[in-house]
Amino acid sequence: MSTTVYVPRDSSALSVGADEVAQAIASTAAAHGNDIRLVRNGSRGLFWLEPMVEVATPAGRIAYGPVSPADVPGLFDAGFLRGGPHGLLLGPTDEIPYLKKQERLTFARVGITDPLSLSDYEAHGGWKGLRNALGMQGADVVEALIQSGLRGRGGAAFPAGIKWRTVLGAKAEQKYVVCNADEGDSGTFSDRMIMEGDPFVLIEGMTIAALAVGADRGYVYLRSEYPDAERTFNAAIALARAAGYLGDSILGSGHAFELELRRGAGAYICGEETAMLESLEGKRGMVRFKPPLPAIEGLFGKPTVINNVITFASVPIILDKGARYYADYGMGRSRGTLPFQLAGNVKRGGLVERAFGMTLRELLYDYGGGSASGRPIRAVQVGGPLGAYLPESQFDLPLDYEAFAAKGAMIGHGGVVVFDDTVDMAKMARYAMEFCAIESCGKCTPCRIGSTRGVEVIDRVRNGESRDANVELLRDLCDTMLHGSLCALGGMTPFPVLSAIDHFPEDFGVPAQTAKAA
Amino acid sequence: MKGDRKAGATQPVGPHQAVIDDAIAQYAALPGPLLVVLHAIQDRIGFVPPEALPRIAQALNLSRAEVHGVVTFYHDFRTSPPGRHVVRVCQAESCQSMGSEALAAHAKARLGINFHETSATGGVTLEAVYCLGNCACSPAVTVDGRVHGRMTAERFDRLVEALE
Repeated sequence: MSTTVYVPRDSSALSVGADEVAQAIASTAAAHGNDIRLVRNGSRGLFWLEPMVEVATPAGRIAYGPVSPADVPGLFDAGFLRGGPHGLLLGPTDEIPYLKKQERLTFARVGITDPLSLSDYEAHGGWKGLRNALGMQGADVVEALIQSGLRGRGGAAFPAGIKWRTVLGAKAEQKYVVCNADEGDSGTFSDRMIMEGDPFVLIEGMTIAALAVGADRGYVYLRSEYPDAERTFNAAIALARAAGYLGDSILGSGHAFELELRRGAGAYICGEETAMLESLEGKRGMVRFKPPLPAIEGLFGKPTVINNVITFASVPIILDKGARYYADYGMGRSRGTLPFQLAGNVKRGGLVERAFGMTLRELLYDYGGGSASGRPIRAVQVGGPLGAYLPESQFDLPLDYEAFAAKGAMIGHGGVVVFDDTVDMAKMARYAMEFCAIESCGKCTPCRIGSTRGVEVIDRVRNGESRDANVELLRDLCDTMLHGSLCALGGMTPFPVLSAIDHFPEDFGVPAQTAKAA
Repeated sequence: MKGDRKAGATQPVGPHQAVIDDAIAQYAALPGPLLVVLHAIQDRIGFVPPEALPRIAQALNLSRAEVHGVVTFYHDFRTSPPGRHVVRVCQAESCQSMGSEALAAHAKARLGINFHETSATGGVTLEAVYCLGNCACSPAVTVDGRVHGRMTAERFDRLVEALE
């Protein structure tokens, strides 16, 4: 009887040699006369253990990792096809504490199924949400989403159901559903993992959105830095269409929905929803003024639902198990779960899906195991390049949208980047301004000019030129950018800059009092 | 010579004419097709040649300025051919926390070039990139589009040796 062996196809696993491991396993099995079925699954998100190989045994799936091609002959000798003992044996995958303590709703199938197997998807609960939605009125689907409390997971955390209701209520012959997969924040990779590891869940979520608001065309705007996700997702679209989940009549319902992937071209600003719409229309990714909201006048001027990958991917389980089931997770106004992404200088980096409310400290130490370098963690940037840097004194903050906002920080897309005590926070503040200057679309002055002036002022502070006066000037500049910018790029670049000065004034060569008082 | 140049005369035919025409023929009918057309050309020949701009503009009913504006707005599009291989070193925060600055300095010294330059033999073009979504395996580089994580100076040298 053949034994099923899983070697991830996730691009992070590939980046550390998963393809070479898969080849070594296939050729060694052939040489030994072992009958194996090799499945290229998504990643379980335990990236420090990648490439992580799993074997299906009568006692469940057994994991080994991190496996290099050189380890493969030894694994065969140790009888790994029966779960035999070996230095890389991790035990039953589901019992690995990092995974066992998670609450995987959106990521329920990622790493478990073959991403491009429709039968795997269906066998693990796929399409149930869509089938339920097909039997409901659009307004009832929208109401379920509102009741679930799901908020936009791309960063802005706007209630998804309210947005859908606006599009449902807009009168137009053509409406669109657009998925923002321009996951440009450093420290984030959850969108990529879904598109590579469980692409049908995104198709299902977008199809439910289309049914709910009365749209028949959808686009996924994917960043060009994710070629593996592009290949997998395009293959998934073709499979879903052939099986009747997309096309002129979804599952014979008479409702049409066509979906197309479009590739971005390396502009961070196109993660801003209106710049993304411009880019989809084939133009420069320049931010639009709002209003009109995209829900009223979006893609090609038509009402458009825009959500990110994780938001859409969370919809099927809500329609399957009910709004209440999802809303029972979380705290305060942050309902459900968020796939946090633990990255940077951390011992155990990976994906941690948990209900809102866990503390940052729990994430950094219980899951992350502290820094990779073994030095003390000094600063953590949460929410990407526009998120604040948090010092150790704030690690007990609960991961909740409102709790973070109250401290001038944000959860954003759930990316957490860890820095040890060798970090120079004045340099990181300069980088924030420099990144804004590189990526600014140029439409508004505070962002276009302010970011360049910001780099210059920080350089003067770092060079010790009239430090107090220049710190005051920098704060003034940040204030202008915060209040005068058209979108979040210029409007939030001050968050990492100001948090660096406030929490780490010594790196700027100014005493704490000056920093706070200014 | 002057008299030969009538208004609307066909553009001079360059070496990439067939690729450009194919891309236009295949994608011009899509809604908002410009980025798709530009990607199709660059996927085939590695850059968007100047002769493509007037042809695309005419086919999509855009001005040359609009097409030029799009080509120059996006970091991905090149207007001249890259080296035989393209190496990109991630410079975003997560990779910085794991020493990507030192890795970039090493890459520049090893190849004898700066970012956005091509080595003297035309072998390798070096670029910065801002996030490859490989942040739990930082620092990361790409070689001809393929991501390599947990990069070290020694592993970088081995990757580059294989290219040379």
